Amino acid sequence: MSSGFSPGKGGGVIARFEAAEVSLLRSLVSMMLSLVSPGETSDDPLERALGIGASRTPSDPVLARLFPSAYEDDKEAAEFRRYTEATLRDGKRADAQTVFDTAKSGHTELTPEQAQAWLRALNDVRLTLGTKLEVTEEVHDEIAMMSEDDPRYPAYVTYDWLTYLQDSLVRALW
Amino acid sequence: MDVGTTAPIAVERPSSDVRPDLPWVTIVWNDPVNLMSYVTYVFQTVFGYTREKAEKLMLDVHHKGKAVVSSGTREEMERDVQILHSYGLWATLQPDSVK
Repeated sequence: MSSGFSPGKGGGVIARFEAAEVSLLRSLVSMMLSLVSPGETSDDPLERALGIGASRTPSDPVLARLFPSAYEDDKEAAEFRRYTEATLRDGKRADAQTVFDTAKSGHTELTPEQAQAWLRALNDVRLTLGTKLEVTEEVHDEIAMMSEDDPRYPAYVTYDWLTYLQDSLVRALW
Repeated sequence: MDVGTTAPIAVERPSSDVRPDLPWVTIVWNDPVNLMSYVTYVFQTVFGYTREKAEKLMLDVHHKGKAVVSSGTREEMERDVQILHSYGLWATLQPDSVK
């Protein structure tokens, strides 16, 4: 009855969604695809072939959270970012695209690889919403006390639903 | 074990930044978004840890704000950090000597 995930065959999972939920999921991962631009590399053909790209920490807080610095030292962080961020961007885009392509109403079987893509993509959307909403660890209780007239209510309810979905997916994979 | 047959060799201690064998560590930091179940699952999947070990590390991150989740060469830790970033965990690496 309720939407979510259950264990499937061979390490995969079975996803169950209603049509309205599929629309919402697709719009959320579409948002991720416009937010995370393809891995940008320089004009140098060799650097492009090697996936070498930008070295600056994104100024947007959401992108800074999706692509965190690997080192505390700025110089080392920039060097690491130059060699890895393009690949990371492409991976996040591929995960979002997998959700877009495989989100269907009713029962859908997801392969283990697709399930992993869903897991990461759902988390990317949660990180994005969570950073924008500046959620705390008490977010679930805050929603319970929030008025439905609160302008933030729809976004918080969506966040809470994604939290439920992701937990459901983890438990289906365990 | 016979320790008496080898003559001692004078080794000049290299400066710390050129020791290629210096162990590095990957650290995961607490954040308000990542779920406890998800973080545990990621530690199991990425590192092959038992659920018990993964849960203990997750609780360390949750309660202490951070935890060392793996150690090895700098290259290995860079790989671990990159995989953890693909899963959306907030991870950094540093030499083990920096605590």
